[in-house]
Amino acid sequence: MKVRKLMMAAALAATLSAPVMAADQFFPVLVYRTGPYAPNGTPWANGYVDYLKLVNAKGGINGVKLTFEECEFGYATDRGVECYERLKGKGGGATVVQPLSTGVTFALTEKAAVDKIPLITAGYGRSESANGAVFTWNFPLLGTYWVGADVAIQHIAKKEGGLDKLKGKKIALVYHDSPYGKEPIPLLQERAKMHGFDVMLLPVAHPGVEQKATWLQIRQNKPDYVLLWGWGVMNSTSLKEAQATGYPRDKMYGIWWAGAEPDVKDVGEGAKGYNAMTLQHGAEPNSKVVKDTLALVHAKGQGTGPKEEVGSVLYMRGVLSAMLGVEGVRKAQERFGKGKTMTGEQVRWGLENLNLDQKTLDGMGFAGVMRPVQTSCLDHMGSSWVRVHTWDGGKWNFSSDWYQADDKVIRPMVMLASGKYAEEKKLTPRTPEQCKQ
Amino acid sequence: MAFFLETLIGGLMAGMLYSLVALGFVLIYKASGVFNFAQGALVLFAALAMARFSEWLPAWTGIENPVLANIGAFIVAGLIMFVVAWLIERLVLRHLVNQEGATLLMVTLGIAYLLEGIGQGFFGNDIYKIDVGMPKEPVLVLENMFEGGILINKEDFIAALIAALLVGALALFFQKTATGRALRAVADDHQAAQSIGIPLSRIWVIIWCVAGLVALVAGIIWGSKLGVQFSLATVALRALPVVILGGLTSIPGAIVGGLIIGVGEKLSEVYLGPYVGGGIEIWFAYMLALVFLLFRPQGLFGEKIIDRV
Repeated sequence: MKVRKLMMAAALAATLSAPVMAADQFFPVLVYRTGPYAPNGTPWANGYVDYLKLVNAKGGINGVKLTFEECEFGYATDRGVECYERLKGKGGGATVVQPLSTGVTFALTEKAAVDKIPLITAGYGRSESANGAVFTWNFPLLGTYWVGADVAIQHIAKKEGGLDKLKGKKIALVYHDSPYGKEPIPLLQERAKMHGFDVMLLPVAHPGVEQKATWLQIRQNKPDYVLLWGWGVMNSTSLKEAQATGYPRDKMYGIWWAGAEPDVKDVGEGAKGYNAMTLQHGAEPNSKVVKDTLALVHAKGQGTGPKEEVGSVLYMRGVLSAMLGVEGVRKAQERFGKGKTMTGEQVRWGLENLNLDQKTLDGMGFAGVMRPVQTSCLDHMGSSWVRVHTWDGGKWNFSSDWYQADDKVIRPMVMLASGKYAEEKKLTPRTPEQCKQ
Repeated sequence: MAFFLETLIGGLMAGMLYSLVALGFVLIYKASGVFNFAQGALVLFAALAMARFSEWLPAWTGIENPVLANIGAFIVAGLIMFVVAWLIERLVLRHLVNQEGATLLMVTLGIAYLLEGIGQGFFGNDIYKIDVGMPKEPVLVLENMFEGGILINKEDFIAALIAALLVGALALFFQKTATGRALRAVADDHQAAQSIGIPLSRIWVIIWCVAGLVALVAGIIWGSKLGVQFSLATVALRALPVVILGGLTSIPGAIVGGLIIGVGEKLSEVYLGPYVGGGIEIWFAYMLALVFLLFRPQGLFGEKIIDRV
């Protein structure tokens, strides 16, 4: 009996003397490491998870350690929703969800609002969700497909000598026949009306391995430029068909999901001259964040994927996506208590008040990788910087200066489309006054 | 006219490649009465083996000549396909003699999932390259007759030629050799074939080996075109309307079916697609096959099933 009492006392003393550990912050990770889109989904997932590990290696977010769990959904919308349902309540509740699928984003937009979980869709998702007054839980941070399409047209116009030179030109859009691929169509049609060029729409059925008929139509119609809105094997197939039909690759511009290593490395020299928009960053093997990841995560045997892949385009996209979620939590902690676990609602406030200036970004290891992001309650996108990079047969090189999407074109479209959505769903948009609360 | 011809030729060449995959289905069905859903997975598995060993062999042995490396990889991949065929017979089919067709069909579905998983787990899930020296640049012909000429994809042309040769050789094998006749006998009736001394297990190993070889050739051709990655397994889906149309038991049916589907889907996409929003070639192929079935339920060359009542 005495021994038991002694042991209990010792246990109590140990409990009292131990430092108070903050609870963990849980990040669900929806991934596709198998199936037709695995070559593109895997580096993104590796970058995402490695960044969470890097944050932990540096002490967490003000002492709060990050936990995560992966759920494989194979880029299938139904399985993506299933993963969301399975993970949303784990680890004390999901911090943010990043599905890396426009289809899943469409499916989760209403669910996330009910569950009060922010949905970060950096560089994908619904373009009109940039309007935070209506899409209160969606965050298409850094850019939407309307941004990508707008900059593509600006860049082509610059090559031609001005927007007025686009009159009479023909621009083909070869797109994945899915919500993702259809996203840029309204913007292109709007720009076509403004500048008098023709848009030729060429859908490609999933997964995009059969495109002969598409490229025969391109050969017949001889468009001046081809915009490529593909994902996974569709991109390399497009480039191979372009080569097989003799379409010049330097007249082809891909969106940032069609401009990574898996899209071109198999094509090699055949893709030389092919261009793609970037979501600010390209392949960044020399950035400080990559060096930190190699030193603090991979060197300790905790890396998620192969070391050689660290710093590649899609790996960096995963890193940036994770960083934005982490910074949302950090910002939320500034208001709701440093060193505490944040709820989804609190993280939403953090994401709506992100202000990552260049100095902060440089300090975090993102110098040369990305430009400042500043969001607000009404602006859930935060920035729209884009560069173009070009494949030289062996690697991607930046080939343009920085562009920004034209707000005068995009803003009215966002307001119109989000307004329609609000009307359809009977939502009352938030006012600037409500935002201050 | 030139554009129509280009589309037609493109369709014929694509159709020939579909025939090659369809042949895998027909071979297994002819010999064992099993509709082999694992044919796409066999193509993926074989292509992964070929692609990875063409990388690994030079690294392991120091062979620098790419032709030798490819030949070595082809032999190793062929051996692997033989082992796969033997394992399928030993572990699966041997235990299912005289079972219902539906049971065997479900088993092949299981084999497909297993091969896809093991293939990606063992060989990796990235995009891998098969470079057997296929020309990638197009060639223009009949430039005197048509303005701008007719564009022919050299890679598709050579691939179609290889497919045609393989299909021809297999047709001869089935029609003219004793083993070929034994295979057909097994397909007609397992028990009857066994009763006259045809060794069922050996026949099944042979036919799965041949199907594995066809998968390897298809995998090399499609892998060289598309890169070796998971989507190769879905190529089998392109061959399904071909076997529906051509008939499950006919090699000539697989060829003619492939050509009809190839031409049909390309012409439909180019000429009908723009009126209905495009992206129709996949479902159009199935629709075409279904329309044919309305008139010939056994397919173009399939055997008419007559049951005694």
